[in-house]
Formats: sequence, structure tokens, C-alpha cells
Amino acid sequence: MRDADLQPVIEARDLGLTFQTNDGPVHALKDVTLTINKGEFVSFIGPSGCGKTTFLRTIADLEQPTAGTLSVNAMTAHQARQARAYGYVFQAAGLYPWRTIGGNIRLPLEIMGFSKAEQAERVARVLELVELSGFEKKFPWQLSGGMQQRASIARALAFDADILLMDEPFGALDEIVRDRLNEELLSLWARTRKTIGFVTHSIPEAVYLSTRIVVMSPRPGRITDIIDSPLPRERPLEIRDSPEFIEIAHRVREGLRAGYDEANAS
Amino acid sequence: MSRTLPVLTVVAALLALWYLAVIPMNAQWERDQAARAGADLPFGQLVARTMNQDRPVLPAPHQVVAELWNSTVIEELTGRRGWWNSGSLSNRSLIYHGWVTLTATMLGFAIGTGAGILLAVGIVYNRAMDASVMPWAIASQTIPIIALAPMIIVVLNSIGISGVIPKAIIAAYLSFFPVVVGMVKGLRAPDAMQLDLMKTYSASGGAVFFKLRLPTSMPYLFASLKVGIAAALVGTIVGELPVQQGGLGVRLLSGSYYGQTVQIWAALFAAAILAAGLVGIVGTIERRTLKRMGMAT
Repeated sequence: MRDADLQPVIEARDLGLTFQTNDGPVHALKDVTLTINKGEFVSFIGPSGCGKTTFLRTIADLEQPTAGTLSVNAMTAHQARQARAYGYVFQAAGLYPWRTIGGNIRLPLEIMGFSKAEQAERVARVLELVELSGFEKKFPWQLSGGMQQRASIARALAFDADILLMDEPFGALDEIVRDRLNEELLSLWARTRKTIGFVTHSIPEAVYLSTRIVVMSPRPGRITDIIDSPLPRERPLEIRDSPEFIEIAHRVREGLRAGYDEANAS
Repeated sequence: MSRTLPVLTVVAALLALWYLAVIPMNAQWERDQAARAGADLPFGQLVARTMNQDRPVLPAPHQVVAELWNSTVIEELTGRRGWWNSGSLSNRSLIYHGWVTLTATMLGFAIGTGAGILLAVGIVYNRAMDASVMPWAIASQTIPIIALAPMIIVVLNSIGISGVIPKAIIAAYLSFFPVVVGMVKGLRAPDAMQLDLMKTYSASGGAVFFKLRLPTSMPYLFASLKVGIAAALVGTIVGELPVQQGGLGVRLLSGSYYGQTVQIWAALFAAAILAAGLVGIVGTIERRTLKRMGMAT
């Protein structure tokens, strides 16, 4: 795996984040060391409180680490955010209700100062990418939850950042919609060659999507296992019944259980 | 419209109650008159007379309606000083006085709304203002406006400001408060995720304000404006009482000086109709704006 042409995009070394609360310090992240290379699809999985979302937010410069170093695109996280290095997809679609779907996707483009012509062109392109062409003039409440989340992915793609950070984007959707969006996300990733960081609490989702799965555990939030997926990049949904898939899923489950036991024993 | 019937029912019930109340309220005077003349007063006649007194304790609805009609349309079309004969509005008509009140109300509402929005922006963006302004704004509303209005007029007059401005300032004094309260809540309404999203775009403060906070605050703003414009009208009327230079407030006061209860009630209703119209206009703008923003409910 460690080829010479692998280009690190996100590098965290001994990263720590401690919140001071009334009940004493909470170690949200402790000694997290991880390198994510260009074009990878890395999932973070673990029980709640394991710091997977916090880690993603730290990469996005929405939280400040209290220890260690973090670089994004060879810059600090803060510089990377100012350079608009990533698109972020939240748990909820979070579309602005007073803007149409097109208007929502245009929002980052307006803020970043794209020309009107370029805005229109990009909106049309990403809408097609997430299969929402024709919904540009609709308001968010006119769309289903799954379509809203697709629109929010289009919004994160619109300004063409190399990195896509996704925080349980499909967590609130039912399983059928979720399967479909997983498939679409994979094909989108194959076409755009983006580097994706993906937080989830679903083992099948993590195994199905990722080239690498980072297993985390709580108290303190830390990485307990990193699993390279041997699955091919081309993944039909049926791959989830293959022995390889089941074996990786098993290993993820073992990792989660080990972390859970350890945290409870200490 | 399915709302027409219930509304008409309530209006009919209120009118019936009003007419019923007119009889005992005005009966004493009729009985005294009859006793003085040594005449008999059958009940039917008593009822008829209580409905048509010149200076009733409580005028009957039709008297108020007639007064409204006479002091608007009839006065302007047939009066010597009316619009038809003189080319300008009569100072005895409610149209003239309503217009005087309306202009001061609108100016005061504009000042109050502007000041309210600016204060709200200050409170949301500045920690010192957040901690200091709100208690004063609340304290300002606990002072009875009827006590404050003459002082504002006297102070402004002493520095050479008179006419519509002092009334507008009293109107603004009442109308800025609901706007501050509503806009502070509205500008703070975006949730953490919506703000985080702006942060991921590395958006400037101006972009966050105009593209997120301001649109989010619109429903709050309109709710405040409806309260604010009615408050501005009340403020203007109170401001007109000591000045005596026209306006519905003057009609109310002169009516009470001369015991012209019908005139007082007509002015009251003119003020109420004006307020309803203004609130209705704000409501229409609200519906159109929110519909265009896709937020109509």
C-alpha cells in the first residue's frame, strides 16, 4: 500500500483534544495518529463518544486540538479552511429553507465570489452528479429526506474542493434510501477522485464504502484499529454477501468490542 | 371565505350587547327629563330615546356610524371647509385628523423600526451591548408614555423642534421595543450547524449576516412589526394630546372637553380602523415576502 506516489492529504500526529467541563476534563481525542492519502475513502467508526465526529470537526477547523499536530493539504487546518480545501456534509441536510435547491447549492459559490455564469454552470453540473436535475427551483420542504441529503452533498461538491468530509450523512435515512445513496456515493467518488473522510456508526456502511476503516473507542477517544479493505474499487451491492466482506465486517466488530471492553475495564 | 361567517357572528353578538347596554346607561337622564316635565315615560319610548341622545353616556352604534360618516364623507363633500368646496381637507373631518396621525405614525414607525434593528444588531454582535442594552430597553417601557410624552415635547420644543417630529419620536419610543426583542431572537435563531456551515466556507461576517442571520430573522421581524406599528399609532395619539395641532388624539381630547361622547367614539373607531389597516398592510407584506422566501406557513 505504501507506494511512492501516495500523496498525504491529511496528517494527524499525536492529536489530542480535551474539553474542560464542570465534571473535570473530558478527553475527546487522545494520541490520534493517522495519515489519509489522496483519493482514499476513509471511514471512522465507533460508539458514540469515541471522538469520530470530533476528529472530523478538528480536520475541518471547527474544533481546536489541544495537543499534537495536524496538517491538511500541507497547511494548518485553519489555513486549509480559509483556502476552502474541503466540503463538509453534516448529519442533517441543513438546507436553508428560504433558498431553493439551486439557491442552496449556489450559496458557497456566492460567498466564494464565482461569476454568475460559472455559478449556473456549476449548479447544473453538481445537480446532475447527485441526480437531482430538474429540482433546481424546488424548495427544500418539497423534497424527501434522501433528496435533501443529496442536495447537501451537491452543495459540498459545488466549489470543487479536493476533500469531502461527511459526518454520518445518511444516519437519519431509512435503510433502502441509505443503500441507494451509498451506491451513488461510491460512483461519485470514482468519478471525482476526491479524498473522503466519512463518519458512520454502521458497520456494513463503513465496510461497503471504504478503502480504509478506522475503528475508534471512547474514554479517551482514540484509534484502536485501522483496517485496509481488500475489496475492489468496483463494488456492487451484492458484494456485501461475499466472504471477504463478511470477514472485514467481522474484524471491525471485533475491534469495536475490544475497545468497548477495554474502556469498561479501565 | 369560511372565516366570514364566524367573524360576522361575533360582530353581531357584540352589536347586540352594545345596544342592550345603551338602554340602562342612558335611561337615568331620560327618566329625569320625564319627571321634570311631569310626563309619563312608557318603556318603548324610553328605549327609543336612549338610542338617540345628543350627549349619551354610551352612544348607540348607529350614532357612532352616523358620526363617522358625517365627519368624513359628508364634511369633505358638503362642508364649507371641506375638500369639495375649499380644495383642502377640512380640519373638522376625521380624514384630515386621521391623515395627521398617519403621517406621524409612519415616520415614528420607520424611526422605531430602524433603531430597533440597529440595536438588535448591536446586541447580537457586541458583548458589551448584549450585557447592557436590554435592561435599559425594558426599563424604558415601564415608564408610562402618558407621563413622558409632554416632557419629550417640551424638551424638543425648547431646542426648536416641533410639529411632526416630536410625535414621531414618541411613536418610535413605543415601537422600537418589540422590534429589538424580535430581531435579537431572530438574528440568534440560526442553529449551530447552519453557522458551522458558513464557517466551513470561511464566510465573512457580512456574508453570515446577510445570507444567514437576516433571512432567518424575517418571520420574527414581521411579528414584531405588527406589534410595533400598532404601538406607534398609540404613541402618536398620546403625543397629540398636549400639542393640540390636529390628529385623532386631538379629536379624542376635545370630545371629552365638551362632553361630545359620540365624537370620542367616532375618533376611537377611526383610530381602530387605522390600526387594523396598518397591521393588515404589514400582514400582507409579510405573507408576500415569506411566500417568496418559500417559508409561507
